[in-house]
Amino acid sequence: MRRAYVPTGLSRQPWGVLLPLLMLVCFGGAVLYSAAGGHFQPWALMHVARFFVFLTMAMVLARVPQDWFRRAALPLYGLLCVLLVLVELIGGIGGGSQRWLNLGFMTLQPSELMKPGIVLVLAWFYSVLPTGETRSWRAVAPATGLLGFPAAFVMLQPDLGTALAICFGGVVVMFLAGLPLRWFLGAGGAGAVIAPLAFFFALHDYQRKRVLVFMDPESDPLGSGYHITQSKIAIGSGGFLGKGFGNGSQSHLDYLPEAHTDFVFATMAEEWGMLGGLFVLLVFGLIMRWGLKVAMNAPDRFSRLLAAGMTATIFFYACINMMMVMGLAPVVGIPLPFLSHGGSSMMTNMICIGTIMAVDRWSRRSSTGLS
Amino acid sequence: MKQKLPLTSAILTNRFERRTFVLGMAQASVGVLLATRLAYLAIFENDKYKAASESNRVNLSLIPPRRGWVLDRNGAALASNRADFRVDVIPDRLVNPDDTLSKLSGLLGLTADKVSDIKDKLDKVRGFQPVEVAAKLDWDKFAAVSVRLPEMPGVIPQRGYSRYYPTGPSVGHLVGYVGPASAEDYEREHNPLLITPGFKIGKDGLEKHFETRLRGVPGARRVEATATGRVVRDLGTREDVPGQPIQLTILGGLQDYAARRIGLESGSVVVMDCATGDVLAMVSMPCYDPNSFSDGIGRIEWKMLSEDDHVPLRNKVLRGLYPPGSTVKPLVALSFLEAGLDPKASVNCAGGLRVGNRVFHCWNHHGHGQTDMLKGIYQSCDVYFYHFAQQIGMDKIAAMARRLGLGQEFPMPYPGQSYGTVPDPAWKLRKYHKEWAIYDTVNATIGQGYMLVNPLQQATMVSRIASGLQLTPRLMLDKHAAPPPSMGFAQEHLDLIHAAMNEVVNGRGTAGKARIPIDGVLMAGKTGTAQVVGLQHGNGKNVEWKRRDHGHFICFAPFDKPRYACAVAIEHGGGSPSAYPIARDVMTYLFDPAKAMAALEELEKGWGGNVQQRMAARYNTFAAQYGASAPRAPDEAQASQVVEDENKPPAAPAAPQTDAAPPAPEPDAPQPQPTPSPASGGTQAGGAAPNGGQ
Repeated sequence: MRRAYVPTGLSRQPWGVLLPLLMLVCFGGAVLYSAAGGHFQPWALMHVARFFVFLTMAMVLARVPQDWFRRAALPLYGLLCVLLVLVELIGGIGGGSQRWLNLGFMTLQPSELMKPGIVLVLAWFYSVLPTGETRSWRAVAPATGLLGFPAAFVMLQPDLGTALAICFGGVVVMFLAGLPLRWFLGAGGAGAVIAPLAFFFALHDYQRKRVLVFMDPESDPLGSGYHITQSKIAIGSGGFLGKGFGNGSQSHLDYLPEAHTDFVFATMAEEWGMLGGLFVLLVFGLIMRWGLKVAMNAPDRFSRLLAAGMTATIFFYACINMMMVMGLAPVVGIPLPFLSHGGSSMMTNMICIGTIMAVDRWSRRSSTGLS
Repeated sequence: MKQKLPLTSAILTNRFERRTFVLGMAQASVGVLLATRLAYLAIFENDKYKAASESNRVNLSLIPPRRGWVLDRNGAALASNRADFRVDVIPDRLVNPDDTLSKLSGLLGLTADKVSDIKDKLDKVRGFQPVEVAAKLDWDKFAAVSVRLPEMPGVIPQRGYSRYYPTGPSVGHLVGYVGPASAEDYEREHNPLLITPGFKIGKDGLEKHFETRLRGVPGARRVEATATGRVVRDLGTREDVPGQPIQLTILGGLQDYAARRIGLESGSVVVMDCATGDVLAMVSMPCYDPNSFSDGIGRIEWKMLSEDDHVPLRNKVLRGLYPPGSTVKPLVALSFLEAGLDPKASVNCAGGLRVGNRVFHCWNHHGHGQTDMLKGIYQSCDVYFYHFAQQIGMDKIAAMARRLGLGQEFPMPYPGQSYGTVPDPAWKLRKYHKEWAIYDTVNATIGQGYMLVNPLQQATMVSRIASGLQLTPRLMLDKHAAPPPSMGFAQEHLDLIHAAMNEVVNGRGTAGKARIPIDGVLMAGKTGTAQVVGLQHGNGKNVEWKRRDHGHFICFAPFDKPRYACAVAIEHGGGSPSAYPIARDVMTYLFDPAKAMAALEELEKGWGGNVQQRMAARYNTFAAQYGASAPRAPDEAQASQVVEDENKPPAAPAAPQTDAAPPAPEPDAPQPQPTPSPASGGTQAGGAAPNGGQ
């Protein structure tokens, strides 16, 4: 694959992911440019600039040796847990759901960082767990604790979407770690029983309402159902080819709520139609395929689980967001990776990408070392 | 038990690879699911969502149609529209009502009582009903509100048309007024026009009766608007189709003149054309100002109107019932003639007549001496009528009364009329299960007792007597109407009655001051004074207002070739002298408007200005006194209900005034004869035993 006329430093880069990412981010920039009424400000320019900042960060992350990751796993996890508790203690003043800490120069959302954090700590846990213990309770109890603590705290904030994302990342790592299948089936069965109970007793009123409205958006066309209804109108009215760049009436006339963040897919689909939607799906497919391929080729258990877990985290974002805007999932505040405007989610996703790139790098190094 | 193989890292790696494959497949199938869903939304349901997006994008706002004008017989406007700037709020869309209201009141300079009125309405109306904040704004205020719209969601400034009644209170009862549709109206009709800000429907009178004709077809403006209602651009406008005008038989100038001429009194004037029955004026005063009623009734105005004992909310022409007093005497005389009584037949009036064991007094208890029919009418001698009524019988008199329109309901475009009572033996038996007594006849012949009429009937009666034609009051102008048939009276009978009525004004009669100041035009008339309370409560003159006698005057002119007939009824005016000067001036206006107007302006100086000026002064007094502390005004629905109730016929008088002894004399009546006080009524009831009818 290496060609003589391409510098080594350039050709070594993981173009398999960088190209799709660039396309997605640029496309996102175009959508945000249109959503702002044909202006780079305030979203499009910031979006692309932020991407390059976090891409640099990911490149740096990619050069971190595996050993550092292993060593940092538990302390990082502990730090994030402390921050989560701090959010509860200090941040509680703001009223309602408090999800961030004000550090002065930026607002830090520990729950966002916990998404890659949980994958990292569980990957580390299973890599140090003796192989023979995988079937015993020692394989599941500590992991459940590691997962349950932050998930419970995020639920307390309350932020159902992020809590689910953390759980999803953790469970995928546990699944791939080889825990017996019947445990998952059992947990799934228990979940089916507990879910209705949780729905009536654990969820907040507004969350319960969101679920109910998701079942029947037309029941509340001007209230919570408004988001879903308007989003479906935007996507459905786009047709196959869309209304054309800059012609999206739903987003430009403010019918679509959060047109530049959570519902950016609808904004896009209105103007670019189903074709634009398929393009986004395809690019996400490429990124997922790259992430899983890196995981398959990874040299050891830790890096395998790490790469696959990070891929799953990105996947969860994209999947839930797109299901939400198309009316297949209730409204949970989860942005679409690389398209939605927003620093926190961009940072999380780029940390995931950077980590997978690091795994990719380790596997290449070890394979070259072997050959 | 199957022996478990020990786990090795190779097994785990293998398991990882298999499970990663499963995960990949799961992800791919989610991708396929999403793509399918996307196709479903964008392709299969495309039409549905396209329509939904279009209906989001395009905002169709209705333009209230201009209401049809109400015209007088010459085409002058009694109700028109004028362009204005207005501001409404839609309660549903208000985010912070108090804050928005205080901002608006600052921008528009609203007074405290107005703000309280608006708050009342916001509390009361349903969320979709627009509430008017202000109308008739100047451009500066309108612009000031318009530029601050983004901070005040739910506020709708617009330019449109509002109903305008050039002569205000003069046409209030005649035309009615308009107002925003009530929630019930909207539920009945479900027309989005009804909840369009600025649109008003007829609430009373002709405005209500001819609603469908006057309304017109709304225009529409298609705009591209944001979700918050900000207009991005215009997509096109369809003009409204104005409502059809209606043309009345009313003579606008006369209507206004009569309204102003009533002055401080509470009364009504009806003028009819003696050839066609066209109603030239139909006035009930005092009246609310339909202009301000149409803008929504404020608390101060409501307090002012509802506390007024002159019942400004009642249309007295159709809903006022009065004992007609002596104005029935020409009618009774006509019935005598029809029954064959010789007009020369006379009776000696000695101031009273013994009927059975009672003495019924003439208003002039000195007596009129030898009295025939002519003198009986122009001197309004009660004894003459007491005597011959017994001879002719009540049935004949009652039949004539009905023939001339009393007790009748006429086809008028109003929700109903109080048609009163023409008593006769059969009626009394039916109503009270009592035999007709001779004193009932005696009472009825002088327009007292059970007899009750409304002013429109009085006008119809006099116009029929004047013309000999079967005239029916007509309000809608119809130039091709068939000429009215004759009543079938003998001309010499009519001539005699006309001559007697001419004598009332221009000769030796009771209303010499009613002579109209125009050479060659002689007016014929008949006075009437109707008791309100029994004589034991005083003489009906120098008592509290509510107990004073009603004053009536019926007339027509010119007497030898009748063109116009007029009836005036003044509530508690203290007798006919309160009525005939008004009739004189109104009739004068028909022949010489300038002369009549000069007389009116002189009078208005003494009254404190014309109707609008007096109402404004009164309003300011009330506003200064009560301000926002006045009790809240009823909403439109309740207000129109009150107006309606006010115009319901009163229950039949429980204790009809059956004192045959007629009301006290009128001190300022002319005295063409040596016999004292020749007015329409009046015994100094001192010694007269009230005729205990009950």
